[in-house]
Amino acid sequence: MSEENLKIVEDEEIKTEDAEIAEAKAETGKEKNTAEILGEKTRLSVALSDEKARQEMKKHSRRGFLIGGAAAVFGYLGYGWLRKPESEWIFKDAFRFNENVSRLYYSPKNLAPEFSKEKISADRVNGGEGLSENFNAAEWRLRVGGLANRADDLILTLDDIKALPRVEMTTELKCIEGWSVVVNWAGARFSDFVQKYPPQFTKYVSIVTPDESYYVGWDMPSVLHPQTLLAYEMNGAPLTLPHGAPLRLASPTKYGIKQIKRIGRIEFTDERPRDFWAESGYDWYSSH
Amino acid sequence: MAQKLEKKHLLAIRWFHWINFPLLFLMIWSGVLIYWGNAVYGFKLFGYELFHFFPKWFYETLNIPFRLAEGISLHFFFMWFFAVNGLLYVVYTIFSGEWRALIPVSGSFRRAAQVALHDLHIVKKLPPQGKYNDAQRIAYTSVILMGFGSIVSGLAIYKPTSFAWLTAIFGGYEWARWWHFWLMILFVLFFVVHIAQVAFAGWSNFRSMITGYEAVKTDDIATIEEVPPIEEGAKI
Repeated sequence: MSEENLKIVEDEEIKTEDAEIAEAKAETGKEKNTAEILGEKTRLSVALSDEKARQEMKKHSRRGFLIGGAAAVFGYLGYGWLRKPESEWIFKDAFRFNENVSRLYYSPKNLAPEFSKEKISADRVNGGEGLSENFNAAEWRLRVGGLANRADDLILTLDDIKALPRVEMTTELKCIEGWSVVVNWAGARFSDFVQKYPPQFTKYVSIVTPDESYYVGWDMPSVLHPQTLLAYEMNGAPLTLPHGAPLRLASPTKYGIKQIKRIGRIEFTDERPRDFWAESGYDWYSSH
Repeated sequence: MAQKLEKKHLLAIRWFHWINFPLLFLMIWSGVLIYWGNAVYGFKLFGYELFHFFPKWFYETLNIPFRLAEGISLHFFFMWFFAVNGLLYVVYTIFSGEWRALIPVSGSFRRAAQVALHDLHIVKKLPPQGKYNDAQRIAYTSVILMGFGSIVSGLAIYKPTSFAWLTAIFGGYEWARWWHFWLMILFVLFFVVHIAQVAFAGWSNFRSMITGYEAVKTDDIATIEEVPPIEEGAKI
């Protein structure tokens, strides 16, 4: 008798462990138990002798444990293979897959919540990559590459950015470590910047610090999100150096690692730009 | 005396269950690697923290620190398998009718209390049941709701701008993270109780989750000759 030809009886009556209880229930009980209320069915074979039952169970056990054991070994070896350094591409591809799924429902109309100014969190500085000490804010210029109709970089001053419409927002900055702070930002919408300085390439934006030691890559849809700002003020005051003066990115569309401080150069490109933390195994897209 | 073989756990259910086990483990493990980056939760009583998640020895013994990127890549890889397996399980229980054995009704809570009293050896009588007692029904349904809660609270943390409305339902980004964490703790508690109950229930019960079958005693007389040959090649 194998699994296929074992006679399965759809037994309307529910098996009860304790015959006495069943009797007691029959006497007093109008009350149905849950299985009866929901019409649960049991699947029972015909009555078998103890010997026959033992043989059948042995057969099922052998089959079940062989398949189960093989599956367990397969799973264990599979996981071991997955965690090898040469299998790293799988997780990179998974990030890419997740990115493609995210992009399907991405919309610039989905806005992060804005908070009242009373909700602004205590100052929290995190991350000093790209903020080398020999920096002269007075001499700072913004270089922009990949613009339409020119091969060389456009050189801009902070006043050029401030000439764009000033936008203020109080949003939550989420660190990839898991904490978040509510921050008030003021600056220009990146989308306004793109409109003023039309790019030649429109897929990605590469942004690097003046010393080029910190660099992030952004996809254009996230750049054009209405809450992605080229920020020059934070919590009602000009940006301080630890927070990325004179100009930084602020956007609730990506983790803090993507909101680069002290922007030195912006380049529009059709090639996926390199990204500081993506090179350490983090998600390149890191989008909210 | 004779026995009947009960087909207790359908093949698909057994696969869903055993596939879920390592997936849930990996989701929790990778989740803890991520949690380390901002370990803020604990048991608090009157403002005093009784236990903080997690103590230093825990991180050190399990080599958890500075594996955030690894945790994220594991979490956002296995999440698909965890969610799809869970979804298939739910769909399967609906269409196979197995939900009848799994969900509680309003009377279940009273009967589950009786089961608890029985398991604690306070009362002898066990309320009548089907495949699962009412405490199990509540537990097995809760754990599905917990899985659903973990997935949606996870999504609320993962995409708080794209799914701002979902994040808002949880009370904002930080509360979504709070829910996600405590649901994980609930999963761990479920696991501990589940393992204990399986151990108490014994080998035959455990084996049925692997083979599908459990032998049950019956008063019917075993009459091999009378078994109708249902299918060709029946060996009964």
